[in-house]
Amino acid sequence: MTTTSEPRPRGWYKRNEIAVTPWLFLAPAILFFLVYVIFPIFQSINISFYDWDGLGEARWVGFDNYVELADDSAFEVSLWNNFKWLIFYLLAIPAGLFIALFLNQTVTGIRIYKSLFFFPFVLSQVVVGLVFSWFYLPNEGLLSNALAWFGLGPLNVLGDPTWATYGIIAAGLWPQTAYCMILYLTGLNAVDPEQVEAARLDGAKGWKMLWYVIIPQLKPATFIAFVVTIIGALRSFDLISIMTNGGPFGQTRVLSFYMFEKALSEYGFRMGYGAAIAVVLFLIMLMFIAYFLFSMYREEKGR
Amino acid sequence: MEFKWKAPLAALGLAVLSAGSINAAGHALTGDLKIFLDTSNPAPRATMEAMIGRFQEMHPDLNIETTVIDREAYKTQIRNFLTADSPDVATWYAANRMRPYVEAGLFEDVSDLWMEPEIAENLASTKGAMTIDDKQWGVPYTYYQWGVYYRKDIYEELGLNEPANWDEFKSNCEAIVASGRACFTIGSKFLWTAGGWFDYLNVRTNGFDFHMDMAAGNVAWTDDRVRATFANWRELIDMGAYVANHQNYSWQEALPFMVNGEAAGYLMGNFAVAPLREAGLSDDQLDFFQFPVITEGVPLAEDAPTDTFHIPANAQNKDNARAFLRFVVSADEQTEINSGKNLGQLPINAKSAVDNDKFLNEGFAMLSSNSPGGVAQFFDRDFPAEMAAEAMQGFQEFMVFPDNLDEILNRLEKVRARVYK
Repeated sequence: MTTTSEPRPRGWYKRNEIAVTPWLFLAPAILFFLVYVIFPIFQSINISFYDWDGLGEARWVGFDNYVELADDSAFEVSLWNNFKWLIFYLLAIPAGLFIALFLNQTVTGIRIYKSLFFFPFVLSQVVVGLVFSWFYLPNEGLLSNALAWFGLGPLNVLGDPTWATYGIIAAGLWPQTAYCMILYLTGLNAVDPEQVEAARLDGAKGWKMLWYVIIPQLKPATFIAFVVTIIGALRSFDLISIMTNGGPFGQTRVLSFYMFEKALSEYGFRMGYGAAIAVVLFLIMLMFIAYFLFSMYREEKGR
Repeated sequence: MEFKWKAPLAALGLAVLSAGSINAAGHALTGDLKIFLDTSNPAPRATMEAMIGRFQEMHPDLNIETTVIDREAYKTQIRNFLTADSPDVATWYAANRMRPYVEAGLFEDVSDLWMEPEIAENLASTKGAMTIDDKQWGVPYTYYQWGVYYRKDIYEELGLNEPANWDEFKSNCEAIVASGRACFTIGSKFLWTAGGWFDYLNVRTNGFDFHMDMAAGNVAWTDDRVRATFANWRELIDMGAYVANHQNYSWQEALPFMVNGEAAGYLMGNFAVAPLREAGLSDDQLDFFQFPVITEGVPLAEDAPTDTFHIPANAQNKDNARAFLRFVVSADEQTEINSGKNLGQLPINAKSAVDNDKFLNEGFAMLSSNSPGGVAQFFDRDFPAEMAAEAMQGFQEFMVFPDNLDEILNRLEKVRARVYK
């Protein structure tokens, strides 16, 4: 008697292993992303339609918070400052590129120079803010003294509503440039020496070489640098809080800072209004997020 | 090892205390007591911890858990811990600053404590600041005067006296400015210091009742009487009375101007005395005067911010908390914690002794006999938070760009229309 040994029926998991396993690995991330990112977004949008102090009853006010925003000069200032940050913060990318090109050579001790240039990125934003606020001090500060040599100044950068935001952006550029530099340094390692050689044979050098041969090959690095710089510009909270606390008279606020002030600071607790500001900030971010996702999608497809 | 010496110490404490405060040393308490403090600066922290230590000695079986939170962080954290994980006792501030929590039902009504003769009689002067809707919502533990702290040596050098009226105040200032100094130091980065100036100028120009009416939202910011206050302020600004670039400095960062003699005075609370002394100013160099009369016939009134203890409505051990509040306001404890070597402020219990300190004595005399108009808390405690925040920002702008006044007042008026609807 021979019993035909049926292959043992495989379990459901075994049968669907290939389809299911990636989802199992993704599940924790998806769960946390839903709970801590997606859900709060909708929660904020919901709160922005209420008048709520965070303690008592929330009162439905429809679009009142947004109507008020449209007429709020402090909001307008914050919005403009956000645009200033977005534009001028991008200077970190070319600056980082040029420092990277400068450091991309082999001389004795180049590692030390590279680390020194990278150093500001290691510093906490709070420290950067403090150092720069001393640098900008109206009388004792280094900047005022340096200007005095040229018979200029004294300039009170952080106390002057027209200059203060630029002063803070300049402080932010210091670590951000270092970050972009590192991204480009790694990117430069991946530049194909044969293409450079070929271009050289064809007579390219200097700016032409940079523009037509090197930079196109650095495209992935540029993309990442762009992403982190935009995100950095929109998150520019710590520096403002440390250096000016939004002042003088609220002229250096950005949306994230204004939102914090309205919703969570000592005199704030207008949760609905803060949420409305957050929604506006989110919409601005959404434009960039959409663009980033789109370019990544295109990249994947092109492959 | 700790409990080995705790018992004898506690016995000693009991012996000492039973001789002292009769009220506080009742039956020994048991159970838990969770205390949250915002007294994070070194001296107040040590004072509070010593005070809690004495309470512990009286009640050795009571399990006290103390948490000290950074003073600024506390202001935002209080919302979370009052709603979620309540302590049994928490520090806060009097008047309008406690209103949101009272209205949200997060502070316990402690009117029963205020009925007890011990408290009713001795704490009467601060009852108003603790009252909302005819009920009391906590007890004060300290308060302090505001006024002009000035460099006596500079005044003497220039042959100036403490001003008795607004004209002398201004002529003093002119003399000081002419000597190459600023009349007043101020650091307006965190805005509230400018609120102190507005308080005094407005109270002296229009009176305490007008000021409080304004805090209640009944006066337009564009009112001519308010403009009169700003016109007086502008006289000081235009003569260069204030240090330059004050928008860059915190109140502490503005102290060196006074210490170095670059500025001759500081409109501040009494807490400025300690750092000024530490920086090397002796009592011969440092003195105090009450902000002088501006409009004749307007009764003098002062700012005297009061710090308080409350029982959260969600507290677990309210009986222990009440016993602790009784202990804090008792005459002996008040004398002790407000003494010069501790908080260096004024006790709120009428039976307490004011420490023998020049500034405390002057402040106590001023508040008890020379403030007939009333006692305000402070701009950001009397005005609703949102109005205060906008207004103080406007004051800072006004102090830097006085020409923007119309724009500022119109903006504040718009905020007023929304805040007090």
